[in-house]
Amino acid sequence: MSPDFRRRVRRLLAVVPLLIILGIIVLVGIIFVFVYNGLVQARNRIDNAWSQIDVQLQRRHDLIPNLVETVKGYAAHERQTLEAVVAARNQAVQAQGPAAQGQAENVLTGALRQLFAVAEAYPDLKANQNFLNLQEELTSSEDRVAYARQFYNDSVLKYNNKIQSIPANLVAGMFGFAEREYFEGEDTARDVPNVQF
Amino acid sequence: MYEQISSNKRRSALLILGFALLVALIVVAINFLIGGGVVGFVLAAAIAIALSFGSYYNSDKVALSMSKAQPADPHTYARLHNLVEGLTIASGLPKPRLYVIQDDAPNAFATGRNPKHAAIAVTTGLLEKMNRVELEGVLAHELSHIKNYDVLVMTLAVTMVGIIALISDFFLRFMFWGGGRRNNDQGNNPFGIVLALLGVVLLIFGPIIASVMKFAVSRQREYLADSTGVSLTRYPPGLISALKKLKEDSTVIRSASKATAHLWIEEPLDTETQKVGVRVNRLFASHPPLDERIAALEAM
Repeated sequence: MSPDFRRRVRRLLAVVPLLIILGIIVLVGIIFVFVYNGLVQARNRIDNAWSQIDVQLQRRHDLIPNLVETVKGYAAHERQTLEAVVAARNQAVQAQGPAAQGQAENVLTGALRQLFAVAEAYPDLKANQNFLNLQEELTSSEDRVAYARQFYNDSVLKYNNKIQSIPANLVAGMFGFAEREYFEGEDTARDVPNVQF
Repeated sequence: MYEQISSNKRRSALLILGFALLVALIVVAINFLIGGGVVGFVLAAAIAIALSFGSYYNSDKVALSMSKAQPADPHTYARLHNLVEGLTIASGLPKPRLYVIQDDAPNAFATGRNPKHAAIAVTTGLLEKMNRVELEGVLAHELSHIKNYDVLVMTLAVTMVGIIALISDFFLRFMFWGGGRRNNDQGNNPFGIVLALLGVVLLIFGPIIASVMKFAVSRQREYLADSTGVSLTRYPPGLISALKKLKEDSTVIRSASKATAHLWIEEPLDTETQKVGVRVNRLFASHPPLDERIAALEAM
């Protein structure tokens, strides 16, 4: 072995620790990217789930004018009940913020229940195909609201679990991924007073 | 849960691989018996690969047409569509295609290769006999099969068992009627005779091996789908009452065969009565007894 060759080998060996350090840095960088992207996805899912609740509430509100018209045709003199539903619906459409919204939705559910109770006294109305369809649509739209809230809470749970566990908590701390709040209130998930038929 | 899903994906990959191998072996066996040479081998590999891919992409269509399922009209079956839409909101899954089977026996199954290409089929009997909450429980169970990737494993099994049975059946008949032209060298070569014998054995046992693979779909997947389903509806009484109704109902579904048995929510074949054939059915039951599933749900 020539001394020249030895010198070359020695120079090469000196680079090895540097390469290892570089490798570790790259690896940490890759892990970091994955964790960060995962957090962003989880956070966006929460926002999406939240807007999904609004979409479902909107859907519910849109059904009501049609329902009121149908009932009017058969039970016009139940004005008080009908007006209560319309008023509650308008309140619900205008409600701002989760708390007020939850409250208004509860009032609306109560008014609707009243309306369907009244409808029991009108056999013609109860046999009306349009009315039956609306009943089905309203029931399922209440389910959907409940499910959308449930999915929102599930998404929050997943996200909160993530940002509290290692190693995502480090990344979350650095970039200000804050914990999210659950949707709470009397009417979470299954507690939504279902319109019973 | 996530471990279950990735284990299901692994299981599907293994199933496809095992299936490709089995088909290749069978075709190689046929090749030896009728003497095809190198071309035959290439052909065998090509057929195995094509069938594997084919079954991956078309498995749901096979299962649906085998049970004579028709697409569910959103207007006529509004409740079905509404319930499934609600559940997809709860689970964050895309909405599967919905099918209806004209049959008085209450039953349902899910199929597809992933949540984006999934379908749920229910019988008209199920729609008639279940109330809203019970129907929702059943649909949540089926949607859970999709969410947990059980559908992929289950549906692949259906297709593969069918194809393998078909191939071996066809060639056994072919050989029986003396359709093969035998290679002269092979007759004198003891190695060739052994291979030929192995080939015949493989042709006969191929379908049996295929059904054993079907048991990769274990009964515990039903328990898992029950519990995932309840985690969607958050209402165990719905599914419990649905399962009780299924238990009391004795109608046996017409369009179910042994090949599709493990797809359904309830064992579609008769396992209750005491006839000889029925006892064999029970031995190979694809589902745990309803009583045990109900008990597991009530314990939640």
